Amino acid sequence: MNTPHTPPDARAAGTGAPAGVAPGTGDSAASIHDIGYRNYTGQRLGGGYILRSLLVQTLRGVYGLGRSAKSKVLPMCLFAVMVLPAAIVVAVTVVTKTSDLPLSQSEYVLTMQPVIGIFLAAAAPQAISLDLRHRTTPLYFSRPLERSEYVTAKYGALAAALFVFTAVPAVVLYAGALLAKLDFADQTGNFALGLVMCALFSVLHAGIAAAIAAHTPRRGFGVAGVIVAFTVPYFLVSALQGIAWDQDALGVTGWIGLASPGSLMDGVQATFLGGESTFPGSRTPPLGEGAVYLLLTAALIAGSYFLLLRRYRKAGL
Amino acid sequence: MNVIATDGLGKRFPEVTALDRLTVGIAPGVTGLVGANGAGKSTLIKILLGLSPATAGSATVLGLDVAREGRAIRERVGYMPEHDCLPPDVTATEFVVHLARMSGLPPDDARERTADILRHVGLHEERYRAMGGYSTGMKQRVKLAQALVHDPQLVLLDEPTNGLDPVGRDEMLALIRRVHAEFGISVLVTSHLLGELERTCDQIVVIDGGQLLRASATREFTREAAALTVEVTDTDAHPDGTEALHTALGAAGLSVTRGGSSAPGSPRLLTVEADAEGAVHDTVRDTVAELGLGLVRMEQRRHRISEVFTEGDAAEGTDAVPPQNAPATTETAAGRRR
Repeated sequence: MNTPHTPPDARAAGTGAPAGVAPGTGDSAASIHDIGYRNYTGQRLGGGYILRSLLVQTLRGVYGLGRSAKSKVLPMCLFAVMVLPAAIVVAVTVVTKTSDLPLSQSEYVLTMQPVIGIFLAAAAPQAISLDLRHRTTPLYFSRPLERSEYVTAKYGALAAALFVFTAVPAVVLYAGALLAKLDFADQTGNFALGLVMCALFSVLHAGIAAAIAAHTPRRGFGVAGVIVAFTVPYFLVSALQGIAWDQDALGVTGWIGLASPGSLMDGVQATFLGGESTFPGSRTPPLGEGAVYLLLTAALIAGSYFLLLRRYRKAGL
Repeated sequence: MNVIATDGLGKRFPEVTALDRLTVGIAPGVTGLVGANGAGKSTLIKILLGLSPATAGSATVLGLDVAREGRAIRERVGYMPEHDCLPPDVTATEFVVHLARMSGLPPDDARERTADILRHVGLHEERYRAMGGYSTGMKQRVKLAQALVHDPQLVLLDEPTNGLDPVGRDEMLALIRRVHAEFGISVLVTSHLLGELERTCDQIVVIDGGQLLRASATREFTREAAALTVEVTDTDAHPDGTEALHTALGAAGLSVTRGGSSAPGSPRLLTVEADAEGAVHDTVRDTVAELGLGLVRMEQRRHRISEVFTEGDAAEGTDAVPPQNAPATTETAAGRRR
């Protein structure tokens, strides 16, 4: 404790009331009352500091840092599950001395989507829904923090948490590739593209998850909502693409791919980030189609942000 | 200078008028804002925090315009909501530190201020425990602490005694007094209970149906009705002691009535109009002693503010709020809120 009990006469100026000589009523509530009030004369930092503090606090909260040991279990386990396959890929690459990673960073993210989905389903309600469920939001909005700053901090924190979640395996893969003495220029280029993929993937998925979590303050609903949003459309897209492939309607598969966030990212990385799509026949959408993929991604991100902003319009007071 | 000043303030929702031409000035000190549920208290607080634009008129808080300088206002003002707002799995210390930072305090200062303020509101070892296990009284203290942690110049407390037992109520009211008397922070406290505000507040503002019913110093509310109730024994010299005292006090220039409005059935009671200074008390004491009567009781009798209101309403009733309309307005306003 860096603020020891000060004697009553050492109280700061500006209060002046004789309350220091509190009556000796003897109960514990009265005993603390004879410590004088001190005015705060220190710094008051601006919006940037407040936004950053909220972002960091939310980001830490997603991984259970600064929370109970129990809250760390799920995110840390998922994190291990997310990184472990990358380590195995690296080991295989080093041992078998192949000329390239069996799996690029972008493909790795897409392959690990089920794990990412579970992580987001746990993280988004933790980051977003709790303030609504416990009605803490009025305490934020009655402070020098604008609605847009609150939304930016929360959205940013979730996106950053997801970026850490996806980019760490990418780093592991890159380190492994260098360890296996693969071509440095090639690998660095792939790694950079992989990071772009991770960032785009994180911003899109965090936005959708945050928008869902902000509208489901009840416990469990957010978790279910996020999982459904990321899995059901993805499976539907895969199934429909499979059918279209069977019917030799290859052109249709690209348009079907727009219908889920996962396949959307797949198309974007195949067109622009030099990856290989997991669409039937590993088809890469042509440039025009890819532009639609990119536009839709941008629209979804903007839409998520807008939905979040609208959600907090009433400030909850 | 007034800490809060509104001028013709109005807030109109599509179906309901929450505030209607509210013009009031609130001086530094502890001010009670009284009104039934849905009278417009919460709407007023939202406007004062700069979170909800008024549809008519203007308002300033600490000299800052609510429409243009909301952020600056929220740096200097603390707010304690009526409802529960504490996450159960966080300790009071962590929670208040975080909110101190949300008010712009650097991390070290936030910790120091949190330790200070939690001690001031009376939270001890329990501040290291998760708040889910707190009693209502402890939760209210944390809510008050988060409103004070950044050392504001004004705090807005929304129904701080809600849900507390009588002892907890008294403690909370004493704490609110100290916020002004010791901390030097002005307080606007809302309540739908007049009784508890008259003990705590320097000024009372009453609104109903979004309109100002009355705003004045608590002293003025109670002064009108300050009176002494006196009861004496009979003696051999004065077989009717009450009558003798009545005459003697009347001769001393005091306004005395027999019977007394507080207990109309008792002819042995005298009601003496009193002042605040206590000169009347001395006169009564001396007169009783001169007459050689036994003083059975002499007690200060104050009307409750609520009595003043019911009388005031009966007198001016029609121009303030039509009694038939008031409940209807109240209900629609409350209904909208949900």
